[in-house]
Amino acid sequence: MDMTMDELTQAIRDEAKRLLEGGEVDVVIGFASGTLPLRAAPVFVRKAEDVGRLIWNGLCENNLARYLRGHREQRVAVVAKGCDSRAIVALLTEQQLDRSKLYIIGVPCRGMVDRRVLARRAPGEVLVWREEGDEIIVEGESFAMHLPRSEVLYPSCAACTHPNPVIHDVLLGQEVEVRDQDPYGHVREIEEMSAAERAAYFAAEAQRCIRCYACRQACPMCYCEECFVDHSTPRWIESGATPAGLQGWQIGRAYHLTGRCVACGACARACPTEIDLVYLNGKLRQQVLELYGFETGLEVGKLPPLAVFRPEEDAQSAG
Amino acid sequence: MSEWQPRLVVFLCQWAIKSDSEWYRRVELQDHVRLIEVPCSGRLNPLFMMSALQYGADGLMVVGCDPGKCHYKEGNYLARRKFDTLKGFLATLGLNEGRVRVVWLGETESGTLPSLVESLRHDIQQLGPRRELATRQPAPCVA
Repeated sequence: MDMTMDELTQAIRDEAKRLLEGGEVDVVIGFASGTLPLRAAPVFVRKAEDVGRLIWNGLCENNLARYLRGHREQRVAVVAKGCDSRAIVALLTEQQLDRSKLYIIGVPCRGMVDRRVLARRAPGEVLVWREEGDEIIVEGESFAMHLPRSEVLYPSCAACTHPNPVIHDVLLGQEVEVRDQDPYGHVREIEEMSAAERAAYFAAEAQRCIRCYACRQACPMCYCEECFVDHSTPRWIESGATPAGLQGWQIGRAYHLTGRCVACGACARACPTEIDLVYLNGKLRQQVLELYGFETGLEVGKLPPLAVFRPEEDAQSAG
Repeated sequence: MSEWQPRLVVFLCQWAIKSDSEWYRRVELQDHVRLIEVPCSGRLNPLFMMSALQYGADGLMVVGCDPGKCHYKEGNYLARRKFDTLKGFLATLGLNEGRVRVVWLGETESGTLPSLVESLRHDIQQLGPRRELATRQPAPCVA
């Protein structure tokens, strides 16, 4: 019998309480209710009496691995769904974290709900929401809507093939069934267009970029002390507010994650203008899988594909 | 000159067909072809290539040593994966179409740079100018 979201919430609180009371960790990183109806927010719990703030539901969309590098001096417990755990594996592989100071509370993930879709499909302002089995129910002043969970997942979650934590110290709840599907379906859709159409599509997407760099800030793997886009003397590339500059930023950001992106979709969820970032990083992931047989974040210590080579492999790039 | 001439940037490994860079100095192609020598194709950050496109290059070529023949043993093996993924990525964005070319050459193939540059020039001329990624007007031609 699957645990409900409330039971999972309780299990997370119990585990956090045990860890903090026993002095095993200094801080537990998890999710708390946000200040708006459709939001959950990352929370740092340092006292056992505060574990009641921790929650678990379909809105826990942030990738919490993003906060771990900033707490390397402390013993940290982190609530990790599938993608958070893959990011932890990738960060461990890149020697950014100390495994001995990390306690991973694994939580199998049924996919996170796109709050923007809920808000858009509801006829008025959403005041309350809840999950019941495979349904999401949103309610406002004069309406109540039932939506199938599968229709309102984030695109990255709908395409997820590793929803269960790949690394954990404790696993709460039952592992969820892995859907058999093509994680690169969206990339293939885009590639069916002609080159000119693809260029126009990319230009139109990039044109909406306001260079807030939320995609970078949300990304667990974007941890450069100084991002190439902030480096101004000399400039790596130009990222001015021109169509070309905005495309340059998007290309540079995505390409820097080649073989490092864990497909969590945190960048796309953080984007205030909802740029289709999923296919950019998706294409890079598809390439490293098809060319080098590599999927990021599944195995600690397996080096990223651009850090290694096989002498005998064919050069795709010749010509 | 009535015919449109593409602007080309050629990144040349300092060890690959080394003598050919002398040819470049001799024939004064500088008005439309920029030849940039790099210590090794592995030294090329893909952002350099992006930067060339932003500064108005119509076509790019990287000339490196044959895999297995790197002066630094493995620079071109690592470069190969970078260029493969970058080219595929740009193609999906609709921004490649043969404008980014990578050539691996053996040490006995010296003397081939002129024909490589000419073939790139010819192909890019057929494709015509493409400046989606250009952030500024290219610097004026010397000639």
